[in-house]
Amino acid sequence: MSKQKYPLLTISSEIEQPYNYSLGRYGGRLLKELKHNKKIVGIKCPKCGHVYVPPRQVCGKCFVKMDEFAEISNKGNLESFTVVYFSFLDPETGQKRPVPYGYGRIKLDGADSGFLHFLEESDLKKLKIGMRVEAVFDENRTGNFKDIKYFKITKERNPS
Amino acid sequence: MERVAIIGVGQTKYERNKKGETFADLVFEVVTKALDDAGIAIEDIDNVVTVSNDFWDGRTISSMAVTDACGSYGKSVSTVEGDGTFGALYGLMRLLSGSFRSTLVVSHCKGSEGSNHFITNAIFNPIYERIIGLDSISSSALQARRYTEKYGITEEQCALVSVKNHKNALNNPFAQIAMDISAEDVMNSRMLSEPIKLFDSSPISDGACAIILADERMAKRVATSPVWVKGIGHSADAYNLGDRDLAEPAALIRAAQKAYNMAGIKEPYKEIDVAEIYDAFTYQELLWSEGLGFCERGKGGKLIESGETTMGGKLPINPSGGVLSAHPVLVAGLARIAEITIQLREEGNGRQVDGAKTGLAHGINGACGQAHCVWVLEN
Amino acid sequence: MGQRVAIVGTGQTDHKSSRKDVNGVELIQEATARALEDAGLRRQDIDAVVIGNMDHFEGINYVDMWSIDGNGGLHKPVMKVTTGGTTGTTVAIAGYYHVASGLFDTVLAIGWEKNSESDTTAAIITCADPFWERPTFGGAVAGLAGAACEYMHRYGITERDAALIAVRDRKNALKNPYAHLRKEITVEDVLNSPMLAYPIKLLDMCPRSDGACAIVFASEDKTKCITDKPAWVHQVSSRHNFTFFTDVERAGRMPTLYEACMDIYKNEGIKNPLHELDVVEMYVPSSFAGLVWIDALGVCDEGGAARLVSDGVTEMDGELPINPSGGVISTNCIGATGLIRVAEAAMQISGKAGEHQIDGAELALATGFGGCQWSDVLLIGSSKPN
Repeated sequence: MSKQKYPLLTISSEIEQPYNYSLGRYGGRLLKELKHNKKIVGIKCPKCGHVYVPPRQVCGKCFVKMDEFAEISNKGNLESFTVVYFSFLDPETGQKRPVPYGYGRIKLDGADSGFLHFLEESDLKKLKIGMRVEAVFDENRTGNFKDIKYFKITKERNPS
Repeated sequence: MERVAIIGVGQTKYERNKKGETFADLVFEVVTKALDDAGIAIEDIDNVVTVSNDFWDGRTISSMAVTDACGSYGKSVSTVEGDGTFGALYGLMRLLSGSFRSTLVVSHCKGSEGSNHFITNAIFNPIYERIIGLDSISSSALQARRYTEKYGITEEQCALVSVKNHKNALNNPFAQIAMDISAEDVMNSRMLSEPIKLFDSSPISDGACAIILADERMAKRVATSPVWVKGIGHSADAYNLGDRDLAEPAALIRAAQKAYNMAGIKEPYKEIDVAEIYDAFTYQELLWSEGLGFCERGKGGKLIESGETTMGGKLPINPSGGVLSAHPVLVAGLARIAEITIQLREEGNGRQVDGAKTGLAHGINGACGQAHCVWVLEN
Repeated sequence: MGQRVAIVGTGQTDHKSSRKDVNGVELIQEATARALEDAGLRRQDIDAVVIGNMDHFEGINYVDMWSIDGNGGLHKPVMKVTTGGTTGTTVAIAGYYHVASGLFDTVLAIGWEKNSESDTTAAIITCADPFWERPTFGGAVAGLAGAACEYMHRYGITERDAALIAVRDRKNALKNPYAHLRKEITVEDVLNSPMLAYPIKLLDMCPRSDGACAIVFASEDKTKCITDKPAWVHQVSSRHNFTFFTDVERAGRMPTLYEACMDIYKNEGIKNPLHELDVVEMYVPSSFAGLVWIDALGVCDEGGAARLVSDGVTEMDGELPINPSGGVISTNCIGATGLIRVAEAAMQISGKAGEHQIDGAELALATGFGGCQWSDVLLIGSSKPN
C-alpha cells in the first residue's frame, strides 16, 4: 500500500420512514370535537380528579382507567413560553420549520395538565407568564391538531 | 442463582391492525391482565422494565409513550430495546440484585404503523448493505438458502412447520393466523423472497405482552402456581452476514448451553417437555431446534418429519402457534415466556401439553438470529 | 442476595464536533479499548456487554448488533438499553445490575453517539407525541427554554444567574483533556451570544459532539484482582413519571430528579447531601437546567440554587463542586453523556481525574436527564458498600 493520504468521506442518505400513528379512541374524540364543535375536551381521573388534556386512557399517578370526558375552556393562562429563533429540520415535513415562532404551555380553564400550542405573538416583549390566552380556530377544520391555528393574547385579567 | 418466579402474565389478542389502540392502550391492557393474573395490585410492583424500539414505534425515546400505562409512576424504571426475552432478562437481573421483590416487564409493538421493509432495512450497514435492499425477509431468505442447501433440508420439511404451527394456533385465543392447511398449500403460496413463501413467513402484527417476576418470598406468598426460572443464557454472533456461516446457529448454541448448565439440563430433548421458539420463518424453527440441541446439526428436517414436535409428540414445539401465527416484534419473545408459563401452570386448555414440567422459551435479536436469549422454566 | 459492584476502569474517546476519521463502530472501539486498558483487562476477560444510544441520531436500528466488532461483544452476551438523554446513566445502571445479579462478574457498559451524522433537533423532535406535541416542539433547546422561562418567573432568576453555570462548566473543562469545548467564556459572552429560544442563548446550551464512553463494572472478587482503588457503586435509582411534556408538575423541585435523589439518600442514610457529598457530576444540558436541578438535589431551598452558585459553593474549591469535568455544556455526545457523568464520578473516587481531581473525594453523585424528565442517579463511593 502506498502512503497516499485518503480524504475523510461521508455518505449522505435520507431514510424514508413512513408511519401511521393511532390516536386511539380518546384522542380521536378530541379531534372530532375540535373539528365539529370548536371544543377542547379532556379527561378526568375518577380517583384523584386530575383533568388531563389531551385525553388518554390511564392516569399514570393512580394507574386507573379514565372514562369521564370533561369539556375544557378554549381560554387559559400562559404558564410558560419560548420564542424559537434557531432554524431546524422539521421531521414531519422534511423542511426547515419557519422561525421565529412562539409556543407555550397553556393551562386551560378546567384542565389540570398543560397544553402545548403555537402563540400568535412571537414578539418577546409582548409575552408574559400568567397572560390570558384564547384558542383561535381555523375556518377550514380537517380534524387535525392545527384546527387550532394558535392561541392569541386576550385582554382578560388572570383571575389567579 | 436465587429462586425467581413468574407469577403473572398478560397478552393482548394479536391482530394485523389494532387501529383503535395506541401503544399506551395496549400496554395498559396487558399490565392490567398480568396484575389480575398474579392477584396483586400495581402497588405490589416495585420496579418496571419496558421494551420498545424507536424504529418500530416511529418515535425517539419510544418508552415515553407508555410511561403512564406501564404503572411505573414513582418507581425505578428502565427500557430495553430488543426482543422481550432480553427485557425479561434485565428484569430478572434487577430482582437477583436483591434491590427489588418484583419486576414488571412489558413489551409492545404495532407492526401496522410503520413499514417492515424500511425499519428492518435500517438494521443493515448503511454504507455497504442497505443499498442492496436487504430487509428481514430477504436476509432470512439468504439464511434459509444456505441452511437448506448445506444440510439437505427440503422445502416440504419447512412447510410442515407452517402446517403444524398454524394448526396449533387454532387452539390459541391470542393467535392472529390460525388455519388448517396442507404442506402443498404452503409450497403453493405466493413467493416473497425465494425460497421463502407467504406461509413460510410470520405476519405483521400488533400486540403487547407483560409478565411479572418475583423473588422467592413474594412468589410463595402470592402465587398459587409460580413458574420458576431455572436457567437463562444469551449470546451474540457477528454482525456482517458475510462474517457468519448462516447455517450455523453459533450464538444460540452458546446461549442454550449456558441456560442448560444453570438449569442442570444435560439432554434437552429428553428433559424439556415443551418449547416455544422464535419461528419468524419456517426454516428457523428447524435451525433453532438444532441450536437448542433438540436434534443433531442438520437434522432439523428429520425432527419435524418425526412428528415428535407436534401436539402429543415427545417435545411439542410452539403449541401456541408460535411466531408464525403472530409476530409482534419485541413482544414475540416475551409471549414465548408467557406461553410457557401458561403451559407449566397447566392452563393451556386446547393447546396444553399434558404434564409439562420443564419448558423452554426463546427469543432472537437482529438479522437472521444474530443474538439469542434462552429461558428454561419449571413448575 | 446480590453482590457488590465496583467501577474498575473507564475510557473516553477524544470528543469532537465531528469525528470523520472513524465510523461509529470504530468510535465505540476507541472507548472500549481505553476502558479495558484502564482496568488492565483484555476483551476475553469480559463476561457481558451492555450498550446504548438513541437510534435516530445515526439512523441505525439494533445498534447493539451493528456495533458488535467495536463493543467487544462478539460471541458474548450483549444487551441494549435506551431511555433518551438518560441513556448513558441507564447503561451504567444496567451494567451495575448485570454484575449485582451474580450472573456476570465483569461487564462492559458503553454509551456513544455520533451527533454529526444527523440533524439533532429533528431527531429529538420525534420524541414528542406525534400528534399533540410534535408540531410545536422545537427539540431539546426549546423544551428546556420553556422550563427555564417558568423557573425564572417563579423564583425571580435572571439570565445572568444562569450564565454563571455555563461559565463555571466551561472553565472546568479547561482541565479536562477529553472535553470537547475548551475555551473559557465570560458571563458577558453568554449574555451576548445569539438567542436560540428565549431565554436560552447559544452559550447557555450544550454542544453536539461525537464521542463514546465505556465503563468496566466488576464483582467484589474480580475487583480485588484488578485495582486497590475501586469506585464502588453504592446506590442507583431512576424515575420517569410522565408521558406528555405538559403533564410534568413544574411547581416545586423538578420531581423525578428530586424523588430519585431522595430514594438514594434514604437508602444510603444521607441526611445532609450538601455536606456529605464530595462532588457531583450532573447532566446539565443548559445553564438554566443547571440551576433547576441543583434545587432538585435537595442541597438548598427551592429557588436557592442561584445563590449557591454565585457564592461559589459549586466551584472546584467550593463545598460541593459540580461538574469538575466541564459537564455536558462542554461535551455532549448524547448516548454517552450520562455514562461520562458516571465515569467522571468514578475517576474522582479512584483519584484518576488528573488536573480536575477534587482532593479526597469519597462520595460522588452522578445524574442523568432524558425523556419526559427521566432521571437516573448513581451514588459512587470509595468505601465498600454495606
